[in-house]
Formats: sequence, structure tokens, C-alpha cells
Amino acid sequence: MTAYQVMLVAALALPALGAAALALLPARIAGVLGTAVAAVTLVPIVVLPFARGVAPSTPAPTGSALIRPWAELDVSWVPALHLDFHLGVDGVSYPLVALTGLLTLLCCAYTAWKGADRTLLALLLVLEAGILGTFLALDLVLFFLFFEVVLLPMYAVIAGWGGDQRRAAARKFVLYTLFGSVLLLLGVITVTVTAGTGDLVALTGGAGLGRDTQYAAFALLAVAFAVKAPLWPLHTWLPDAHTQAPTVGSVILAGVLLKMGTYGLIRVGVGVAPLGARWAAPVLGILAVAAVLAGALICLRQTELKRLIAYSSVGHMGFVLLGIATLTATGIQAALIGNVAHGLITGLLFFLAGAIKDRAHTGELADLGGLRETAPRLAGILGFAAIASLGLPGLAGFWGEAFAVIAAVGRGGGLWTTLAVLAAIGGALTAAYFLRLLRKVTHGPAGTPVPAGIAGAEWLAWSPLVALTLAVGLVPALVLAATSLPVEGLIR
Amino acid sequence: MTIDQVTLLPLYAASGTALLVLLADLLIARRAVTFGALALGGLATAVCAIVVGTRPPTFCAAGECSWVPSPVAVVTAVLFAGLTVGVLLLSVPALREGAAPPGEFCFLLAASMTGGLVIGYSGDLISLIVGLETLTLPLYVLVGLRRFAPRERVSTAGASASITFFLISVVSTAIALLGAALNYAATGALHLDRLVDGSGPAAAVAQVGVALLVIGFAFKVAAVPLHAWAPPTYEGAPLPVAAYLSTASKLGGVLALAAIVAHLDAGAITAALAVLTMTVGNLVALRQTRMVRLLAWSSIAQAGYVLAALAIGGQGVEAAIVYAVFFMILEFIAFAAVVALRPVASDGGDLLAYRGAGRRSPWLGAALVLAFAGLAGLPPGLAGLFAKVTIVDALIDDGWGWLAGVVALNAVIGLAYYVRVTANLYATPPRPGIQVVDPGLLEAATHPRLPVARPVAAALIVAAAAAVVLGFAPQLLFDALS
Repeated sequence: MTAYQVMLVAALALPALGAAALALLPARIAGVLGTAVAAVTLVPIVVLPFARGVAPSTPAPTGSALIRPWAELDVSWVPALHLDFHLGVDGVSYPLVALTGLLTLLCCAYTAWKGADRTLLALLLVLEAGILGTFLALDLVLFFLFFEVVLLPMYAVIAGWGGDQRRAAARKFVLYTLFGSVLLLLGVITVTVTAGTGDLVALTGGAGLGRDTQYAAFALLAVAFAVKAPLWPLHTWLPDAHTQAPTVGSVILAGVLLKMGTYGLIRVGVGVAPLGARWAAPVLGILAVAAVLAGALICLRQTELKRLIAYSSVGHMGFVLLGIATLTATGIQAALIGNVAHGLITGLLFFLAGAIKDRAHTGELADLGGLRETAPRLAGILGFAAIASLGLPGLAGFWGEAFAVIAAVGRGGGLWTTLAVLAAIGGALTAAYFLRLLRKVTHGPAGTPVPAGIAGAEWLAWSPLVALTLAVGLVPALVLAATSLPVEGLIR
Repeated sequence: MTIDQVTLLPLYAASGTALLVLLADLLIARRAVTFGALALGGLATAVCAIVVGTRPPTFCAAGECSWVPSPVAVVTAVLFAGLTVGVLLLSVPALREGAAPPGEFCFLLAASMTGGLVIGYSGDLISLIVGLETLTLPLYVLVGLRRFAPRERVSTAGASASITFFLISVVSTAIALLGAALNYAATGALHLDRLVDGSGPAAAVAQVGVALLVIGFAFKVAAVPLHAWAPPTYEGAPLPVAAYLSTASKLGGVLALAAIVAHLDAGAITAALAVLTMTVGNLVALRQTRMVRLLAWSSIAQAGYVLAALAIGGQGVEAAIVYAVFFMILEFIAFAAVVALRPVASDGGDLLAYRGAGRRSPWLGAALVLAFAGLAGLPPGLAGLFAKVTIVDALIDDGWGWLAGVVALNAVIGLAYYVRVTANLYATPPRPGIQVVDPGLLEAATHPRLPVARPVAAALIVAAAAAVVLGFAPQLLFDALS
């Protein structure tokens, strides 16, 4: 086992063991321990990119493998079910892996500062293990397994620490996403049974699958991931879950959990069933644009802060899905950067919404107001996040949305041009509702008084997100540097 | 006919256990000795089954054998023995209190184990049905075997449950026997490996025979629409016996059905039973408010998944047995945790009685979470996840995609009630209607935390360890079955 293989396992094992340790050790040290584990988990994540230059320890698989992982670990687990413990990381998955590690650390630190609930910290770490496993899995059945790992912990986070209607929201979340999961199971098993293997490296490019199988598999997988992403009209679980979830729950949910859907669509859906993807692309594109428009229009009518941000996710994920639907290199790269940007910005927005709700004890836009006078710093950061989210050039949100539209125009033809125009209009509406949000919350007469001070822990949780939003906006190559090769492989 | 005595060792061990328990109770009449005899006998049976392993069949005449050691037989023999010892451990506190005569209880349990063992090894329909009856017969008594202390409120629930179970079981056996007879009349086959679908003028008779056999055995696994006996019987029986009914007794039915569908074409009727069983089981479970009834309906639904795999025929038997083994272990954990949470010798009680139980007893709560998550097919119950994947894999592999879809949708319905029960374990106490200073204290007074008897804890720990180990290494089970 090479050092990098150890790092791959460590990225999953550390949070899992950390969660177990949290459950067994005294509650007193939970805050420190949880944060420490989340921080230590970042070590393997930071080390992994250095594996890029290293030659793979195993000989490259025969044929033209379209996934060339930087580091890879392949151990047989349950041969009877075509299940290998096959982990690997490459340019497509790495940015999301890093985002997961970062957001979990920030959430753990924030929870520790808020009062260190031991169970909540343990659940956050379990979630991290599950999400990282999903992004690192290079085996279809293993991917499905990790996809399911996050279901119940997220349910528990919402049902245990959420708002007034948390029970109903959590139940809706878990049943809806399990529905997506079982479709994923059907799709995954259809593929593995037909191809006789679950190895994503071997399967990518549609090897060994007939046209009809690819159509069937993509239909199942696309609906499964559309529930998770979520794609309009399967998004109805999202606003309730986001609104009721505690701050850290919303951050993880919006920041990385939704990305499991879009990442899965790129890696598994488009990767394993390219013919199916081509067949379904127009439908996917139309639904994506519908999501952009519907999300924006619904946001214009929202009166509650967290709910508005939740619905804005529907619109943003619409752009990501539009990028994927174009099946062009530009589009998929736009989707990848859109994923990361949305994770950073919406994570920040939910942190801020949580901070405002904690201080003002209300999230109603009508009751808030004049934040720039009562709490100028908070208002400033909220303004930054909102402007980043509406896609101002120079900040992270811009690249994903602009290039999704450009990719759709580049695809040509009446349908895609129309979709591009509509998506651009949706982008303008995004600007409209975020400016409305700012007008209501930061400007206008002072509403509910909001204490101005921002605690050190809050600065600590927010500043990395602010800095990265700026950094990714200025240097998108941070995310896209290593994606061109795998993306070219996907769309060939 | 030469008989290889070594091959029969597991049977000797099991029936020897029953005799030993009977003699120990008669001659020594000490509770601990009786318990020890059954526990050691059960372990010896499991060890014998493993050591003897798969040998050439015996009791053969003209190439037709009646005692066929197969990997499935070995695995299920170990499971029967394990469940029997487990149910004994769960019963120990109640037996110590004198809720039932220990000697009789242990003897009947051992006899039932012997019957279960025979089903797995049997090579012809007669042995199979005799095994099934030997498994079930002691249970009629066990369900109603309840003594009441002088001051205790006497309940006839056990007796009426026993009668229900007895009547339904006798009818189902009669149906199965009629089916076997019709099939024999049409094809002349009694040995399992000689069973063929009927042909020529007698084909219709043979088909009716097969259908009656499947229906007769479907009673035993409580498949809808032949399920009505299960919830009242489980509810009326003592908790450990209900655990035995929903695990070992059900496993007997699954093995009998597997023997039929592996050799005869019963795909259509089994698939219909499967769809009905899982859908009705899950939908009715949604509305249950009592713990044992909920477990009963959920175990009906789970049997539907096993039937779905059996609908494939011979190819699906391994998947069905894998699912059944995982399900038995998880269901046993659920019952064991319920026994541990309830007062000694009481019934399963209302779901409200479990409110906040996971907060008061974190380990028991964790065990129940493991069991319910597993039954719903989700991590952390990895065993249940692999069970679900195995079924779907087998169904899709054999071209039963639509049935796999029904199984998948049912998993979603199932989660709705598993999540409800599990969330209830961690619910905070509701605000009482009267003014109280500390609602927590009131909750602690009305829902006291009970001490867990050592035997119950031991059974729970072993079962949970088995579930975790098989969850991480399911290949062990696949290897043992092939």
C-alpha cells in the first residue's frame, strides 16, 4: 500500500473513527475532539493532490481508460455482489472532496463554539465520511453504498436540531431522497449485472452496455440524481429541509449533499451511459432551465430568509444541470465550477442567515431591515455573499452560470439557443431577487434590533468561505486545473 | 439401505438435546441445569452441523435420498440452533419469575429446533412436512404457555393466540399435504430432486398440487392473503416466543418454499404472493401503534422480499436464504431490545411506552437503531443494505426488473414507519397538562429505566456483533452458502 492509498483510506476512516470516539468519550471534550478530527481529516485531503505526478502503482487498465485517478485503491470486498472497495481521486472529484473537508471543519468548529453538542458533532463526522466516500468511490455499488450512508444521519440532524416543523421536514427529506436512492440502486444493479462489473474505470464510456440498457440505466440514474440535486419538479423536499435544518445542517446540505446528485450525474450518469445521456439531454436541459426560472420566480415571492436561500439553490443547481445537459466540455466544466461556487457561497449564506436568525429571533424579511445601520459588518458580508451568488464577474458564482449559458449557445440549434436565452433571463431574475433581499434586509428602516458584534468563531467560520469565493472567482483554474482531461474523456 | 450415522450427527445432537433437557428437568429439576442443557445442546448442534458439513446424502434408496446435507442446510441449522439458544436467553428472566414452567419450555424449544433442522436437510416432501410440523407443533403450546402469579391479572390472550395459530396451522398443513398428494399422484415424485412439472393428461392435477403446496407453506411465512393469524398470535405470545415465531418458524416456511420453487414452476403464484405480501405488510404497518403488532406487520412485509427472490425459482434460492439470514438476525435484535426495554414477562406494549427510551438507555437505543435501519435496508444496518442489494441483484439478473421495482418502492414505504419508531426512541417528553417543575423527572418516574438481565444482554450483544460482522463481511455468508 502506498502512502497515497493510505491517505485515501484515512480520509474516510478518520471521520468515521472520530464519530465513534465522540460517542464513547466524555461529552466534556466533544467540541475540541470533533473539531480536531475534522481538522486532521483535512491532512489526507491536502496531501492527495501531490499524488498527481506519481505514476500509478497498478498498471493502467487495458484499453483507453477515461478515468485516470491520481491515487487509487482497489480491494475486493463482496465479489458476489460485484462490490470492490475501489477508491480513487481525480480532477473531477477532488474539488468536491476538498469542499467537503473544509465545510465539515467549519461546521464542527461552529458547533463547538455554539455549545458542542456531542451527538451533532458525531453526526457531522459520519456525514463527512459518507459524502467523501461518495466522491471517492470508483465502484458503482460502493458509490451507492456511500450515497445511502448520509440518509439517516442527515435525517437525524434535521429532526434533532431543527426548527418548529422539523419532524415533518425531516421525514419528507428522508422519504424523498430514499426514493431517489432506490432508483439509483435499480440503475446501478442494472449496469453491474449487464456489464458483469461495477468498476467505474472500466465502465466509463459505456463499455459493454447496449443502447437499450444505457437508455434504461440513464433514465433511472437521472431521476435518482435529479431528486438529490434537486432538479425541478422533484425539488419539493428541499425548501422544507433547508428551512427547518439547523445552520450547520443547511450548510452541509446545500454545500455538499446536493453536489452528490450533480457529481453522480457527471461521473455515473454521463460516464456509464453516454448514449443514454445524449438521448435524454434535451429533456434534462429543458427541466434545468425550468428550474432556473421557477427557482428565480419563487424566490421573488419568498418572505423568509432561509426559505429564499433554499429556493435559490434550486435555481443555481438548474444552471449546473444545464451545463451537464449540454454534454460539451465547456458545459461540464461550468457545472464543476458551479458546484464548488454554490457550495462556498450558499454555505456562507446559510451561515449568515443562521447568524441573523440567532440574533433577531426571526427570519421574516418584513421584520428585518436596516441591518447596515444596526450591524454593518454582518450586512457587509451578507451583501458580499448575495452579490457573489447572483453571479457578479470576479466572484465564484459568475463562472458556472455564464459558461453554462455559453455552452448552451455553443451547442447551437433552436432548442439550445432558446434554452440559453431563457437561462440568461433566469440569471437576471436571480440578480433581481438577491437585490430585493438586500433591500429588505440591509437597507430600509431598522426592523428587529440586531446586536452588531461578530464573535471570533463566526469570523473563523466565514472568512475561509469569503476568501475562497474571491479566489475561485479570480482564478477559476483553482477548480478547473485538472478537469480538462477527464471531461474530454467523458464527452467523447 | 445403508445409513451413514456421521451424516446424521446434527440431527442426533438436536434430538439428543430435547431428551437431555427432558431428563434433566425430570431427574435434577434445577432451573439452571435445564437452561444449561438446552444452551449447550444448541451449541453442540451448531458445532455438529459445521463439523459434519456437506457430506454425501444418506437414507438413499435407488438413488433417491431423504437426508441431503447441503450448504444451505448447514447454514440454516446453525441459525436454528443460534435462534433457539437466543430465545432461551431472552426467556430466562421470565422463567426465573415463574411465568412458565422451565422444563417444559426448554423441552418444547429444543423439539422445535429439531424440526427446523430437519427441514433444511430433508430430501423428500414427507420429511419436509414432518420437519415443518415438528417445528410448529411445540409452538402451539409455547404461545399459550403462561403461568400467572396469585395477584397477577390473568389474561387469556395467550390461549386465544395459541388456538388461532393451531387452527390456521393445521389447515395449512392439510392443504400442503393435499398438494403433495396431488403432485405425487400426477408425477409419482416425492423426492425433491425428482420433482418435475406435470405433463400429459395429469398436468393440470400436478399444477394444482404445486399451487396447493405453495399456498400451504405460504401460511407458515405469513404471506398475504394467508397472514391474518400472525399479528394476533405474535401479540398474544410471550415476547421471546414471538421472536421465535417471526424468525425460526418463518425460516422453516422459507426453506420449505425454497425446496418447492427450486424444482417446480411456481413463479407466477409466488410473485403474486410476494407483491401482495410486501405491499400490504408495509402499508398496514404504517398505521400500527403497538410495538409487537408493528414488528409483526414489518416481518410480514420482509417475508414479501424473500418471496420475491423465490419467485425467480432455483436461481433465487441463494438470494432468498441470504436475505432471510440477515433479516432473522436483525429481527432478533429488535425483539431482544424490546424484551430488554420492557418489564420482565410483559407484552410489547404501546409505542408511546418507548418514547425517549433511546435517551434513557443509549446502548439499547443503538441496538434498536441498528435493527430498524437494517430492516429498512439503510446504513448503519449494513447487513440489511446488503440483503436489499442481494434481492434486487438477483431479480434484475434474472429479468424480473418489474418485481425489483416493486421491492424498491416498498423499501421507501417501509422506511416511513421504521423512521417513525426510531425517532420516537429519541423524542423529548411532551409537555404535561399539569404544572410540573421538572418535566424530565416526571418522565423518568413514569418511564423508569429498567435493569437489563445478563442473559438478555448477552443474547443482544452476540446478535448485534453478528449483524455488524456480517454487515462488513457479507461475503462470509455468500461463501458459506456455496
